[in-house]
Amino acid sequence: MLFGGVIGRRAHWIAVPALFGSFLASCIVFAGVAGGATYTPTLFPWIVAGDFETAVAAYVDPLTGVMLLVVTGVGFLIHLYSAGYMHDDPGYARYFAYLNLFVFSMTMLVLAGNFLLLYVFWEAVGLCSYLLIGFWYTRPAAAQAGKKAFIVNRVGDFGFGLGVMWLWTALGTLDYGAVFTAVDTLPTTTATGIALLLFMGACGKSAQLPLHTWLPDAMEGPTPVSALIHAATMVTAGVYMVARSHALFERSGVALEVVAWVGVATALFAATIGLVQTDIKRVLAYSTVSQLGYMFAAVGLGAYAAGIFHLVTHAFFKALLFLGAGSVIHGLGGQQDLRKMGGLSSRMVTTTITTTVGALGLAGLPGLAGFFSKDEILAAAFHGGHRAIWALLLVGAFMTAFYSSRLLFLAFYSGPRMTKEAAHHVHESPGVMTLPLWVLAILTVVAGVAVGIPSEHGTRFARFLAPVFPVHEVAHGGGVAMMLIAMAVIVFTAGVVLAWFLYMPAPVRAEAIGRPRNPVHALLLNAWYVDALYDLAVVRPLFALSTFCARSFDVKVVDGLVNAVGRVVVAGAAGLRQIQTGYSVNYALTMLAGAVLLVAFLLAR
Amino acid sequence: MSGAAFPVVSLGPLLPTLIVLAAAGLVLLADLLPRRGGRDLLATLGLVGVVGALLATLWRWGSPGRAFDGMVVLDGFALFANVVICYAVALIILLSVDYLRRVGAESGEYYALVLFATAGMMLLAAAGDLIVVFLALELMSLSLYVLAGLFKRELASGEASMKYFLLGAFASSFMLYGIALVYGATGATNLDRIAAATAGRGHDPLLAIGLGLLLVGFGFKTSAVPFHMWAPDVYQGAPTSVTALIATGSKAAAFAALIRVLVVALRSAQADWTVLLWAVAVVTMTLGNVVAIAQSNLKRMLAYSSIAHVGYMLVGLVAGGVPGAGAVLFYLLAYTFTTVGTFGVITLCTRAGEEAVEVGDYAGLARRHPVLAATLGLFLLSLVGIPPLAGFVGKFYLFGAAVRAGYVWLAVIGVLNSAVAAYYYLRVLVYMYMREPEGAAAAWAPSFAGGLALAIALVGIVVLGVMPAPFADLAQAAVAPLLR
Repeated sequence: MLFGGVIGRRAHWIAVPALFGSFLASCIVFAGVAGGATYTPTLFPWIVAGDFETAVAAYVDPLTGVMLLVVTGVGFLIHLYSAGYMHDDPGYARYFAYLNLFVFSMTMLVLAGNFLLLYVFWEAVGLCSYLLIGFWYTRPAAAQAGKKAFIVNRVGDFGFGLGVMWLWTALGTLDYGAVFTAVDTLPTTTATGIALLLFMGACGKSAQLPLHTWLPDAMEGPTPVSALIHAATMVTAGVYMVARSHALFERSGVALEVVAWVGVATALFAATIGLVQTDIKRVLAYSTVSQLGYMFAAVGLGAYAAGIFHLVTHAFFKALLFLGAGSVIHGLGGQQDLRKMGGLSSRMVTTTITTTVGALGLAGLPGLAGFFSKDEILAAAFHGGHRAIWALLLVGAFMTAFYSSRLLFLAFYSGPRMTKEAAHHVHESPGVMTLPLWVLAILTVVAGVAVGIPSEHGTRFARFLAPVFPVHEVAHGGGVAMMLIAMAVIVFTAGVVLAWFLYMPAPVRAEAIGRPRNPVHALLLNAWYVDALYDLAVVRPLFALSTFCARSFDVKVVDGLVNAVGRVVVAGAAGLRQIQTGYSVNYALTMLAGAVLLVAFLLAR
Repeated sequence: MSGAAFPVVSLGPLLPTLIVLAAAGLVLLADLLPRRGGRDLLATLGLVGVVGALLATLWRWGSPGRAFDGMVVLDGFALFANVVICYAVALIILLSVDYLRRVGAESGEYYALVLFATAGMMLLAAAGDLIVVFLALELMSLSLYVLAGLFKRELASGEASMKYFLLGAFASSFMLYGIALVYGATGATNLDRIAAATAGRGHDPLLAIGLGLLLVGFGFKTSAVPFHMWAPDVYQGAPTSVTALIATGSKAAAFAALIRVLVVALRSAQADWTVLLWAVAVVTMTLGNVVAIAQSNLKRMLAYSSIAHVGYMLVGLVAGGVPGAGAVLFYLLAYTFTTVGTFGVITLCTRAGEEAVEVGDYAGLARRHPVLAATLGLFLLSLVGIPPLAGFVGKFYLFGAAVRAGYVWLAVIGVLNSAVAAYYYLRVLVYMYMREPEGAAAAWAPSFAGGLALAIALVGIVVLGVMPAPFADLAQAAVAPLLR
């Protein structure tokens, strides 16, 4: 970024090959851990305080390998795409600088070998996210969204930081290996406390209830950023963290329950909002929140491999959907409103085909990646005896199928609703943008079949992760499995068909969408009024308090206290104050009052 | 041995202070010379003096010495504090050269006064006797009072100077009274002898009052609540380079003396002052952070922020022991680099011919001066405590020490406070990166010396953040002898 003036338009010649290099390196690492080995190389000791020592160290096992591949692989595709999407932006070099910094921080986050380093890069990815959300800072909404993301994340990180501190006091170490072996010595209540505090951080980062509000606003950032950070990688850091520290969460038990239920609640809550949104990116944003809820539900149920598998497939199809949406926005000259789209299927063939694959992957078309990974989670809920969770997630799957096909129909297949002029300019995106779309579409198609087909010993994916998460052999009959699959297919079909009936047979009138028709509809359109509630309950009182402290407390209350104490202690003080009304006297009286308090306290002891 | 032996005074332990004083004298002399250009010669002399003192400090490292019958103690602790002070002053002199020329306040006495203040700070950190503590404090403070009023034609500067002087004199009188009472209670002013006299004694009201009044004096110099009220006005009104000196050098020196007096002389009353400082730390950091949110003037905001940082450092003092006191020393180092850097950027920014001191003045800085904006951004992030910068590690040591000493709630309050603090620091970042300026944009006044100072400070916060271990070890080794 500092050399922006020099590199300028050619920034991608540095950034994109760098990502490809790191992808190749990730492949090597992946090959190294494919056998189930774990490496813990130490770079150098970082913070040493007495008997406590934290090193800059990595922890590499199959889980790390999977995460690295996703981060650098999807990251590379999105860098490539960005070279086309951001081509005319004046902040081109700055953009790539931030994006590279993000990928660096994210790879370090998954490589980190102890909780402190994890925390460091946890903050670092948050910072990059903040910078990239507010990338178009001339838009007030973007700047506001960036700030919101950071502040909401700080709330979560506060818990995370406390959790890490507590862990350190309880165990005296923060290294993964040492923590996970020593975790059985922790009292259950302590483990619960630590795990819940850590999960608070995960709620912030992964946009779970009640800290989800920043993610939809984060869509103000450039679309490739939404794809990379706010769909495929950074927001999944919370899931990764819970899965990574599963030993701790298991020790607690209660914490796992909380994780699962927060996940389920978020999955349903966000899906309901996604049903009615009119901004193409906001639909996807709420869908992301909802899918993250599925992942948390999975890890909360102890189905870690299923959760991580959904993380991977979600990274593919959600990145694809965002990039497809970006291609649409690019082709329409910046239009994001679904009401002003339609009929793009004939004009943007590649985008239509690939986005359709992505949306069907999300909706859960049998055979695509999303079907297998979601089915794994549903099956885990069913076999784990959590029938309520299973039923709720099935309802969520129905809504998912509905909103993803609604998006498809409105954008691509129903009749065009844009202005004549806009329609005239519709064009397909350049090859540098469509190539990543094809690659991700192919991944969405093959990922499920390749590694996600369930067997008696779990999926191939789960067996790969077995060194990290022991596979629980589930003895279940074929009949039950068939029933579950049938249920999944039924809700998928129901969702798609309902969307078809609502949006396809008759031409859609733009003004009929997105206007509240009844209280429930209004509630969903306004995202359950959570933002308004936070504004009323947190933001305004805090501002009022601060202003009050500045204007009144420091000047009036402290002074008032001073006057009171002053009168009692020094007989002449009150008179003095009436003679001289300078600030300095007030200040001096404050000091006097302080002195009296200090001495009185010391004497009283 | 003949009875008429002339007392041989070993001046070795005074060497760093003497070098600075000599430089101050030379500056005064050189100011009388007919001059051709500006006063770069004076700045150079001052810089040479401070760097000389730094080298002398490093040369004395590992060989603690005493002078004047234990009145001055140049041990590892004082040497560490000297390093912090010398770095702060050297950077501030570098920043002052072009800043003073730009605002038309160049004068010979500026550098002389800065050096006198520096000598006072060094002496304060090495004071082994309450009398020397007082003398050094006055030497430092009197110079700073005058420096705060350097802008003779500006009302705010004069007001700052006057307030600082009046309230400072008030605080000094408390302190002097405290010293007298401690002397009355123990019959000694030497720190070691006070410790010996109080060892094993029970509660002594006279000593308790003395301790309380001493704390008032130190509380004023370190701007701890409720003795903080001068800070915002003085920070805002004083020339920015002087503000930086008050915020870093004088605070570091006062903290060093506070630590020495408490843990050496008054260790028998540790239970008393620990509880007291617990409360002061909580009030100080909370008030500082909450009020900072409402500020629109950057210097005033940083004043409240520095109050909050004093609260954090008091946490380390409450935690006590080698980890706690060592953490405070380390934090002083980290805080000094960060704060000098932050104020340094302010000295280099102008808007429409005026100093850019409002937060709003920084709107759009990132677009016009990306390097400068990124630099300020890093300093602010270090103040927030974002890893891997110095501020994070410093806080980690402080709160870690508190947790290990059993003050978990204090640490929790501290962490909560740093979360609140993020808001107002980041607001500046938002302005720099995400707002367009209204009217004229802030510009940077080119300055080689200033740029050099910022670069040094920046390297400092990154090195301290990435490889803190050797420095933290040094800090702990420096405090360990005090606690024996």
